[in-house]
Amino acid sequence: MNLEKVKKVLGPKKQFIHGDTAVCYGALLAGCNFYGGYPITPASEIAEMMASLIPKVGGVNIQMEDELASIAAVIGASWTGAKAMTATSGPGFSLMQENIGFAYMTETPLVLANVQRSGPSTGQPTLGAEGDVMQSRYGSHGDYQAIALSPNTIQETVDLTIKAFNLSEKYRSPVFVMISADIGHMREKVVIPDEIELFERKKPDVPPEEYVPFGEGNYGNIKVPEFAAFGTGYHTYVTGLTHNEYGFPATDDQEDHDRLVRRQIEKITDDREELTDIEERNIEDADVVLLSYGLASRSALGAMSKGRDQGKKIGYLRLKTLWPFPNDPVKELSKKVDKIVVVEMNTGQLYHKVKEFADCEVVLSSKIGGEVHTPDEILKEV
Amino acid sequence: MANDNKKMISGKELQEKYLRKDMMPHIFCDGCGLGNVIDYTLRAVDRVGLDMDRTVFLSGIGCSSRIPGYIEADALHTTHGRALAFATGVKMSEPDLNVIVFTGDGDCIGIGGNHFIHAARRNLNMTVIVVNNFIYGMTGGQVAPTTPEKDKATTAPYGNIEPPFDISKMAISSGASYVAKWPVFRPHQPISSISEGLENNGFSLIELLSPCPTAYGRRNRYRQLQDLWEFYEKNTILVEDYEKIQKFGSEEEKERADKMIKIGVLHEEEREPLEERYYRLLKELEE
Repeated sequence: MNLEKVKKVLGPKKQFIHGDTAVCYGALLAGCNFYGGYPITPASEIAEMMASLIPKVGGVNIQMEDELASIAAVIGASWTGAKAMTATSGPGFSLMQENIGFAYMTETPLVLANVQRSGPSTGQPTLGAEGDVMQSRYGSHGDYQAIALSPNTIQETVDLTIKAFNLSEKYRSPVFVMISADIGHMREKVVIPDEIELFERKKPDVPPEEYVPFGEGNYGNIKVPEFAAFGTGYHTYVTGLTHNEYGFPATDDQEDHDRLVRRQIEKITDDREELTDIEERNIEDADVVLLSYGLASRSALGAMSKGRDQGKKIGYLRLKTLWPFPNDPVKELSKKVDKIVVVEMNTGQLYHKVKEFADCEVVLSSKIGGEVHTPDEILKEV
Repeated sequence: MANDNKKMISGKELQEKYLRKDMMPHIFCDGCGLGNVIDYTLRAVDRVGLDMDRTVFLSGIGCSSRIPGYIEADALHTTHGRALAFATGVKMSEPDLNVIVFTGDGDCIGIGGNHFIHAARRNLNMTVIVVNNFIYGMTGGQVAPTTPEKDKATTAPYGNIEPPFDISKMAISSGASYVAKWPVFRPHQPISSISEGLENNGFSLIELLSPCPTAYGRRNRYRQLQDLWEFYEKNTILVEDYEKIQKFGSEEEKERADKMIKIGVLHEEEREPLEERYYRLLKELEE
């Protein structure tokens, strides 16, 4: 896809747009050429915007009959070599989980934007939440390693959506862009970047008879196999069954399953450091650190300023990559401070992960019901 | 129309040309009709002359969904019921690829019913081969949405009390542009219909009635494989004969014909497939 053409379709370099639009802009700038969706509040605007814009850059848009189908169509398109994505919210994310697992098992690149609303079930469709954090890690059955990104501004939603495509191509994996409904519907200024570095999935450079579609690949440092798109003569058998490195079912073999699943996890966790993306402020002299992500981190930042004004030594750490979790940075941080306050818009999800790696006191500042924390609510836990 | 005069390829040549030898032996039971289904499909593929480098086979979950594993081509063996949704993504993204989907009765009209009616409605150019054995075979013989009334299944031990689905009828009313139904016990009609389906520019459904002696036959009236083949022989009627009976037959004949399974080419129409509409729209937007 031609970047200049995309920019022309997107319009002025500086715009005042909301987060759902930012997802679309990021996707198109990253070369997304297939969108399969299903309407759901508060992510419908992504489907509407893609329906309007993607045909103008020669891509495909299709509204499927439900979310099971939209993620399925995205996987099918990805196997033809397309950069494919879908977007949804809680109920749709739940429906997609089986095929998300299929995408992990078949190492299919795709991007999924989850504009989170309060759950469980239908919950509060129009109000924001960040309650799908653990679902994005463990929502499908079996063992796998997720990649999930969590922007907290509209500009960052553009940037991290581009990054999500790059990571999905690099690791041959689904990548989630997790925003809250408030980010989805909030407007801020964005600047469309001039230069964009893109990563494309590697094609095999060997003839079909030497191609190993589900082996460790030849990237060198990561265990990602090359990708032969359908129709290129490689005759790849792609199955959700446990398969050997040639793609053929190996459902009774302990070693094949062990090798396959562990490689699929390690191709991502081996690169944990590379994938870690955190923002730190005032950590040097801090006694207490507010650890947050997404929308809640904006309140955490306000709480830090307010606390500092009151003479409290408060620091701030924000995760832009939720998964894989930054184990070591959290461990290191906990050695320097007395207390970590995990600020999140759920009843405590990443809190447990922080506790797993922190050697200091960890407390939770939780808020649900569609409203963000006030800085004072957060400062109560400091 | 398919060229019926072309010399039929021998079984050995067929195996050499199209099957993955590394995958043998196959997992199908003795007496299963899936061997016939593979044979007929590949003969049709050969007759029509599809390029195997540009053909993708898709399937869901169940016995019939294991078929693509035995064919030397690109294949996507997907999740239960969802093959047609995956196929929609493949075809919309890369309309020049030939798309063939294998599915079973439970996969297609049970768990996958919603995708099935929408795929037919969209009339994407793909060929769908539904292998209907009246039962959930791979899981051991549970009642299916296609199981005839009163027949026994592991989850209908006192006999099935639900009315069965007519898959072909559903396809026609949903918008499929080519629909045919045949039992697998004679080769020529299925091969001819699959060929026609492959050549039809739209959603083609070929429903093949296929014996499952292991999970269906032995719990019902069909202890021997031969009994199942006889069942198809006695209980199916060519759609042309059915129509004649409805016009000219006695009440008794009509009543008997109504109880039989109508087979043959059940529906044909010309309708622009969705991918053509979409890519035409793209061109119009460019102008």
